[in-house]
Amino acid sequence: MHPERRTFIRKRALIPAIYIIFLMLPIYWLVTMSFKTTNEILGGFTPWPVNFTLANYVKIFTDSTWYSGYINSLTFVIANTILSVVVALPAAYAFSRYRFLGDKHLFFWLLTNRMAPPAVFALPFLQLYSAVGLFDTPWAVALAHTLFNVPLAVWILEGFMSGVPKELDETAYVDGYPFWRFFLKIFIPTIAAGIGVACFFCFMFSWVELLLAKTLTSVAAKPIVATMTRTASTSGYELGLLAAAGTLTIVPGAFVIYFVRNYIAKGFALGRV
Amino acid sequence: MYKQLNQKAWFLVAPVVALVAFNAIIPLMTVVNFSVQETFGDNVFFWAGVDWFEQVLHSSRFHDALLRQILFTAIILLIEVPLGLIVALAMPRKGPWVSVCLVTMALPLLIPWNVVGAMWNIFALPEIGLMGKGLRSLGFDFNYTRQPLTAWFTVVLMDVWHWTSLVVLLCYAGLVSIPNDYYQAAKIDGASAWSVFRYIQLPKLKRVLTIAILLRFMDSFMIYTEVVVLTGGGPGNSTTFLSIDLVKMALGQFDLGPAAAMSLIYFLIILLLSWLFYTVMTRNEAR
Repeated sequence: MHPERRTFIRKRALIPAIYIIFLMLPIYWLVTMSFKTTNEILGGFTPWPVNFTLANYVKIFTDSTWYSGYINSLTFVIANTILSVVVALPAAYAFSRYRFLGDKHLFFWLLTNRMAPPAVFALPFLQLYSAVGLFDTPWAVALAHTLFNVPLAVWILEGFMSGVPKELDETAYVDGYPFWRFFLKIFIPTIAAGIGVACFFCFMFSWVELLLAKTLTSVAAKPIVATMTRTASTSGYELGLLAAAGTLTIVPGAFVIYFVRNYIAKGFALGRV
Repeated sequence: MYKQLNQKAWFLVAPVVALVAFNAIIPLMTVVNFSVQETFGDNVFFWAGVDWFEQVLHSSRFHDALLRQILFTAIILLIEVPLGLIVALAMPRKGPWVSVCLVTMALPLLIPWNVVGAMWNIFALPEIGLMGKGLRSLGFDFNYTRQPLTAWFTVVLMDVWHWTSLVVLLCYAGLVSIPNDYYQAAKIDGASAWSVFRYIQLPKLKRVLTIAILLRFMDSFMIYTEVVVLTGGGPGNSTTFLSIDLVKMALGQFDLGPAAAMSLIYFLIILLLSWLFYTVMTRNEAR
């Protein structure tokens, strides 16, 4: 390769490199904090753990108020992801293949719910889910998060489905496939990548949300994010414990990213660029 | 693509409509109900008409929060969109580094929002945080818990850290979808890097950029958790954005009437601006 061109490429790589370092610095600090004792944290500035300790992690894995938070969170996130994608699949198919009365308006109305600030819905949701007897269950949070995840899933899946040629459907119908058999046996495997991307986004937005998850639960179904905010406010400044809990919330996200990394680029374009 | 007219398609969208309607219409009607009534507790309500709306629209508290919100969103869009575009353009297109870049850049997007706030809290603490201590040892008088200006700086930096990757990944997805023939043709014509960007990449990125701006606009306008955990809306009210003010009013003080009126005004502002983006977007597609 031409030497000039090589230095150009090296210079160009600086930009993503600096950006990634910027992204990693706060994460490094969080992880570092989680291995420090409270005394060391409050005692002064140390760039890495001097008295390395695992006590913060031991506390989280042995105290049920902590680890049950992770179980509760994962329960409603998984329930929400499955529910959102399952109801969004036929709807996205309808939007991508057919015209029907009010289709454009309906699509826009669905998207408006992605624009609704959770702060607006926090109090009405509390009353609604108390009235139907779901308050303080993972189901309440799973259902509430469909407010913004279902529109998103429909949007992403519609994009992917529009990229599949219509001839596929027509051939299957000519061959005598009834709709549901075609949909389950042929169409869903065809857009498997799109379903993966939709699941990724639903998982992501349900996992990171705090306001509704906290409002709709009190004791039995308390998600980890709520446990963290309550610890921060009630028991003063247990920064090490908070940092350890925070570090552990990054782990499921990192796993999910690793599994879908080859689809991320395409998925972020929402299927049709 | 030509679409067939088929009214039976309604059966396919019915589950979605039922689910979203349960979650959206019933709560929204509750909000509308509260916004036009006055209560002194015990479930006794009086008709209040548009009083609450007038009160909210004339209150300086709402004006200030709205102003702060617009300023914040404008700053965020002006930093994150160009920065995201630059990083995406500089990213490698093939090879082992692509995966490394994608995975590390996507990481901030999957961290719970309160953890983002807590992480930046301990990162920026003036005496024991890496950033706070670092800035202070460089001679800056940095204390985000006391000074409004440094609090703003920290909140903006946190949001740039948290969300620029979304713009990067969207733009990157747009860039890799440009067929190689375009670049070949530009090379034969001897086009400069700038004209490749201006006449090939930018037009092709129009759609993903619209999505990026739309998503960043909506989400920064609704920002709540990260800022509450980081600064609590302070010092004073200097970082109290619309959602924070609303939650304070509705869940903190139980001022249901004004809170509901403010919710509706807030929602309408987002809807109106998003509708503008949406029409621009679909108009571009139709062309």
